[in-house]
Amino acid sequence: MTAPGANVPLDATSSLLGPTIGRRRKRLALIRHSYFVVGTALIAVALFCAALAPVVSPADPSTQDIAHRLAPPNTAHHVLGTDAVGRDILSRVIFGSRVSLTVGVLAVGVAGTLGTLLGLLAGYYGGWAETVIMRVADLQLAIPSLVLAIAVIAVLGSGLLNVIAVLGITGWVQYGRIVRGEILSIRNREYVEAARAVGANAARIIGRHILPNIAAAIVVVGTLQVGSMIVTEASLSFVGLGVPLNVPSWGGMAAEGRDYLATAWWIATFPGLAIMVTVLGMNLLGDWLRDVLDPRL
Amino acid sequence: MTRYLARRVVHAALVVLAVLAVVFVLIRLGGDPTPLFLPPTADAQEIAATRHALGFDRPLYVQFVDYLGRAVRGDFGVSLRQGEPAMGLVLERIPATIRLTALAFAIMLLIALPIGVLAAVRRNSLYDLCGMLFALVGQSMPTFWLGIVLILFFAVKLRWLPAFGAEGVAALILPGITLGTYSAAIATRLVRSGVLEVLPQDFVRTARAKGLSQAVVLCKHTLPNASIPVITVLGLQVGTLLGGAIITEQVFAYPGMGRLALQAIGNRDMPVVQAFVVVTAAIIAATNLAVDVCYSLLDPRIRYT
Repeated sequence: MTAPGANVPLDATSSLLGPTIGRRRKRLALIRHSYFVVGTALIAVALFCAALAPVVSPADPSTQDIAHRLAPPNTAHHVLGTDAVGRDILSRVIFGSRVSLTVGVLAVGVAGTLGTLLGLLAGYYGGWAETVIMRVADLQLAIPSLVLAIAVIAVLGSGLLNVIAVLGITGWVQYGRIVRGEILSIRNREYVEAARAVGANAARIIGRHILPNIAAAIVVVGTLQVGSMIVTEASLSFVGLGVPLNVPSWGGMAAEGRDYLATAWWIATFPGLAIMVTVLGMNLLGDWLRDVLDPRL
Repeated sequence: MTRYLARRVVHAALVVLAVLAVVFVLIRLGGDPTPLFLPPTADAQEIAATRHALGFDRPLYVQFVDYLGRAVRGDFGVSLRQGEPAMGLVLERIPATIRLTALAFAIMLLIALPIGVLAAVRRNSLYDLCGMLFALVGQSMPTFWLGIVLILFFAVKLRWLPAFGAEGVAALILPGITLGTYSAAIATRLVRSGVLEVLPQDFVRTARAKGLSQAVVLCKHTLPNASIPVITVLGLQVGTLLGGAIITEQVFAYPGMGRLALQAIGNRDMPVVQAFVVVTAAIIAATNLAVDVCYSLLDPRIRYT
């Protein structure tokens, strides 16, 4: 018989591995806690930069210092160097956080609201509404969201509002499917039946009894989606379909820096690093929230 | 099995037809689609002439039937920039994109399967922690930035690999790694979850109780049963890879259909954009069909449901 060892699953041998399990649980709790601490710290830095950009940035992000164009980091009062027209990279990275966070949060707001409403409609009422909504969701899943976003922007044109709208509209499916699934599992529970029996109408049942029970799942998906929205916005800006070039954005800066990789690596590197750190913060916080609020997801 | 397959083929065809309808609606979202088929400098006379030439002055249902009829034959019109059939231009670029996507898919498998399985089998160990850290960082890294960093190190500093183009196998390595890493990060996590769901089940415990070695329990009893959710995840990644290929092709100036689509958007070459979206959806529908066939081969119960 195979002796139970460290490489067998946790649940299968929990009674045999008391002290080991205790140590592992402690380690797991510590990791989860570190996810929360690191994630919150990274997001706090990004939010601080976005909120206080004019105060904390060392220079105006549009001011051109032609005498010091393509200056490497730590020269001529430019901590992260300058770009091809002498604009301060640090200031542009700080101001770029405004675009990324605005798009990330607002697009998730649009996607979450739309997806929750459609998921509620499909899950609570069922029938043809459910069929239509879920078929549209299936169809949307057949086209990669980036391809769909690019196709819509090709028609509507780029710009901050269009990017937010497109990302919101292409991002609803996740919420719709999860909300519908959750409602299907709770709409016939005793407390919902009881509310129905005492004469509560659909709006009251949904608002007072269903939404509070599915809020955790929506919050977890939303937190994890902010990061992917930030990456998608940056990708769209990188290929010239995001925010206008005169607005400092991390994706747009990386695109500008791509032409100077051999001579000025810093132009593309620091905005990319800023995206990675911010998205990592959102993902760490999302993971922690998932473990705490809804481990089934 | 034949009936099951026929059902799946019809489903895939319906998805492509629905995407055609979406594209039709999409280009009419802003009202008159004629300006989308012309340079921004076109005057009113040119717009009117093009509207008539492209049939946009006809009733909507006539336009739709005509559009569907031409689209199912692969006729999306002529590229406004290059004067050649739009579908032909997209099809010409498909082999390059498929080469890149296939390499990225292979890289994804090479990374995600061992790390995901090991992380699940040694749950809560250092392996698991490192695997999940890779998944977190990989998912947080924008594809274009990873590409830029790889170019910086391997092409600019070390001069080991070419930074741009599609000449030879070496030119595929950096774009392949760039494209595969993001999907590998997602897949690692999902492979781990898939294996973790199977590990506590009774048949695994029984196999272990019989005295089978860990390797046999894993290879003979755990992985085949974890393969269905894992194949779903891997199949879904094809769509992610095709989407990511647009960005990767742009970073490495790789001549695939994603780069063609971006150039077409820049040139307001709407016939090419339409053909690109439909071809992408068709490739994804075909992949999903292949995944369905794999399911039915792996799990006979699926054929009879």
